[in-house]
Amino acid sequence: MAMQETRELLRIEHLKKYFSTPSGILHAVDDVSFVLDEGKTLGVVGESGCGKSTLGRTILRLHEPTDGKIFFDGQDITGLDKKRMKALRRDMQIIFQDPFASLNPRMTVGQTISESLIIQGLVDKQDKRSLDKRVAELMDLVGLAPRLINSYPHELDGGRRQRIGIARVLALNPKFIVCDEPVSALDVSIQAQVLNLMQDLQDSFGFSYLFITHDLSVVKHLSDEIIVMYLGKMVEKAKTSRLFANPLHPYTQALLSAIPVPDPDFPVNRILLEGELSSPINPAPGCRFAKRCPKACDKCREADIPLKEVEPDHFVACTLVR
Amino acid sequence: MSTTRTQRKQRSLWFEAWRRLKKNKLAMAGLLFLALLVVIAISTIIIDIATNKSYYNDHVIKQNLRLRLQGPSKDHIFGLDEFGRDIFLRMLWAVRYSLFMGTIAIAMSTIVGGILGAIAGFYGKRTDNIIMRFMDILLAIPSMLLATAIVAALGTSLTNVLMAIAISYIPTFARTVRASVLTIKDQEFIEAARALGASDLRIIGKYILPNSLAPLIVQASLGVAGAILSIAGLSFLGLGIQPPTPEWGSMLSNARSYIRDGWHITVIPGLGIMLTILALNVLGDGLRDALDPRLKN
Amino acid sequence: MTETNQELIRIEDLFIDYETDDGIVHALNGVSLTLHVGETLGLVGETGAGKTTLAKGILRLIPDPPGKIKEGKIWFEGKDLLELPEHAMQEIRGQSISMIFQDPMTSLNPVMTVGEQIQEVIRNHNPELDKEELHAWSCAMLEKVGISADRIDEYPHQFSGGMKQRVIIAIALACNPKLLLADEPTTALDVTIQAQVLDMIRTLKQELNTAMMLITHDLGVVAQNCNRVAIIYAGEIVEIGDLRQIFKRPTHPYTIGLLESIPSLAKDVERLNPVKGMMPDPTDLPPGCKFAPRCKFVCERCAQRVPDLIDIGDGHMVRCINSKDTQSYASTRE
Repeated sequence: MAMQETRELLRIEHLKKYFSTPSGILHAVDDVSFVLDEGKTLGVVGESGCGKSTLGRTILRLHEPTDGKIFFDGQDITGLDKKRMKALRRDMQIIFQDPFASLNPRMTVGQTISESLIIQGLVDKQDKRSLDKRVAELMDLVGLAPRLINSYPHELDGGRRQRIGIARVLALNPKFIVCDEPVSALDVSIQAQVLNLMQDLQDSFGFSYLFITHDLSVVKHLSDEIIVMYLGKMVEKAKTSRLFANPLHPYTQALLSAIPVPDPDFPVNRILLEGELSSPINPAPGCRFAKRCPKACDKCREADIPLKEVEPDHFVACTLVR
Repeated sequence: MSTTRTQRKQRSLWFEAWRRLKKNKLAMAGLLFLALLVVIAISTIIIDIATNKSYYNDHVIKQNLRLRLQGPSKDHIFGLDEFGRDIFLRMLWAVRYSLFMGTIAIAMSTIVGGILGAIAGFYGKRTDNIIMRFMDILLAIPSMLLATAIVAALGTSLTNVLMAIAISYIPTFARTVRASVLTIKDQEFIEAARALGASDLRIIGKYILPNSLAPLIVQASLGVAGAILSIAGLSFLGLGIQPPTPEWGSMLSNARSYIRDGWHITVIPGLGIMLTILALNVLGDGLRDALDPRLKN
Repeated sequence: MTETNQELIRIEDLFIDYETDDGIVHALNGVSLTLHVGETLGLVGETGAGKTTLAKGILRLIPDPPGKIKEGKIWFEGKDLLELPEHAMQEIRGQSISMIFQDPMTSLNPVMTVGEQIQEVIRNHNPELDKEELHAWSCAMLEKVGISADRIDEYPHQFSGGMKQRVIIAIALACNPKLLLADEPTTALDVTIQAQVLDMIRTLKQELNTAMMLITHDLGVVAQNCNRVAIIYAGEIVEIGDLRQIFKRPTHPYTIGLLESIPSLAKDVERLNPVKGMMPDPTDLPPGCKFAPRCKFVCERCAQRVPDLIDIGDGHMVRCINSKDTQSYASTRE
């Protein structure tokens, strides 16, 4: 694969997404900024409530951003109207986590994949032959046996259903794909198959991935850069190798130490966090992790802590890191 | 790779539901009974067309006052009514009104109610509010009263009776579909369709409605039962089908004065109504069990 | 680490089927397993391997129909659990053997307070206790799992996922059972919460000397919590041994495949090495070795008959006729 010039594909500036709830305003995504280049993978890591899924969906305008800007391919798409957004959807797609809930139970494999082609006008829906041909090509690319074309999702296992989800995205030949925990719901031996497939497709077609997951081990070998989120805020951002070699934010350190490694000899330096997540509704000023942080001090609770670049391309939001 | 996967039939959810329904003996009995009624209704229509209504005129509505109120006998298995007419034949000729009218009324109601419910559920907020409050108004009026009012005002023609019943059932179907739509609307495959750029119309038509049909089908089959009762009720009150056309409700109504002269005049039409409603109810229950997605493993 | 070798429960040749419309699902195909007092046995397998069936089988919680226990014996405290009358099993459940399930969201009764639910199990097995004693016992259990006793009268919906799982553990351990069956107890939880909950389980277990069968698909969790490990595939135990034997000298091709295919923080890979294919259809199992269709060490003899579990040294058992080949392969990858 020839070396591509790293061209900026997606730029997110101070993106915010808030939801109104009866108890108050839920700060799902609170001031996230990053840049994703063509052909690269950005990992977004965090646990429940951190806002990573909302982030992915807001970038695709499946939720309307509350504030901030989204630039795609140089164009400001934050306020783009519905019609032009539809055309852009060919380039920006999403693979979902739940391989069952994300497929229409009343449509066959062939029909689901055809939907992409028909909705975006890539193939005329009257032209059955071209449709069938393209569907067959796509099924082959993702490793689905041709005889499954008339099967329904409930007849297939999680791994195959997830391949359908990938095929329907592939049909549009997008530039950017949000992968929302694409393998979390799959069995261990199938996870590796699907991850390899995604990697191969990226090598062949040059997609950029926004890889959302709670599993740092999965994101380690796929991502070029990683951002760690906690309760809507970005707490750390670094190139993958740097993040694992030198995690600076106490949350990142705790997260890494909590992941059980399948090797009984691997030294366990468990940083056990106390307590539970604080609420993302009407959050108090100051670091949102302070309540559970083993190193928290008074300064942490005073005001929101900005991201600082502490070494080249390594950003942390923590008062204790210089 | 196991080879049996190629041999197993590709099965849609409808097919699996049908399989489950087949196992329900009671529901199948109900289905069979209804099928029989459909055959009877069609046969009587064919006979009317073939004989140019002469058979009808000579045997179904022709009065024979000398033989009136005769009980069941070899020649007339259900006996004769107060005008000497063969009850068995009148029962057969009456089927079409109850069954077809009930079905057509509900069909109209389902379509209108379904669309309103889908729009209310999908768009929510003010649209939902407006539509559902209007449904509430309709629901506040007892359906028999509503039907009576419409028929009394506009006349007792077949179409008016149908319309009256259809209108009274619209809110039920609107509610049913709205509830389904609200559940489905938040599922991921809807989001996936949106992410592809699908229009609202496409999402409602191809994604939401096909997945909302199950509760609607159950409600519709039970609705037909209710509609048949309503038609019988209206005829009973003299507002529905007019004599001499046979209709179970009016047969029952006219028999009231003759209860002491023969059990057959009241019991037979009453039994006809009862069995039909029973068949529709067990079928509706069976459909509910068969279509219930929780039974999918 | 437990030093005692005293046997607590012994499962012999357990066969369990589910008779469904689509055919007979052979969920367990001759499972034999032993657990010792105080030890933690990790039962590792993927969806459909039979792990939950095994756990429910031990407690005789398999619904019949469609489940049928075809043959086998489960020896516990000198008795065969499969032969006991139902009322005797009820005495055992919650008191001698407890189980916790995967989804904390649906395991608790939403209309009873957590206190009432803990007291329920205590009362079932100790009917002579009065209200105060029950209350005191349940408060003590709550504190033991790291929840303040003030919350004894709160309802499940007032607790987060991790806390709910703690309550469930409190219920399971309230009567100090000898054996705890934990079916994927932390799979639904966030990884930092998982670490807290597993840590708590480890401490409590040690304090009460409870043996545990930890069912999971996560080899990382196994590596950090178990003394011995059993790998289950298509209703059979294919490998069993102590922790180091399994992780350092994996012998069955499935075990080797699993260990090679998972992404790990401990190693850097360019590309993952998945096990090809899929688990066989349990209504249509292949003849002979059930892993043969996916195995890279397969030979002709593999499909002829089901291999026996063979001891390859020090209690390390493997169900494979080509274990010599797999061992030399594994040693080259070290």
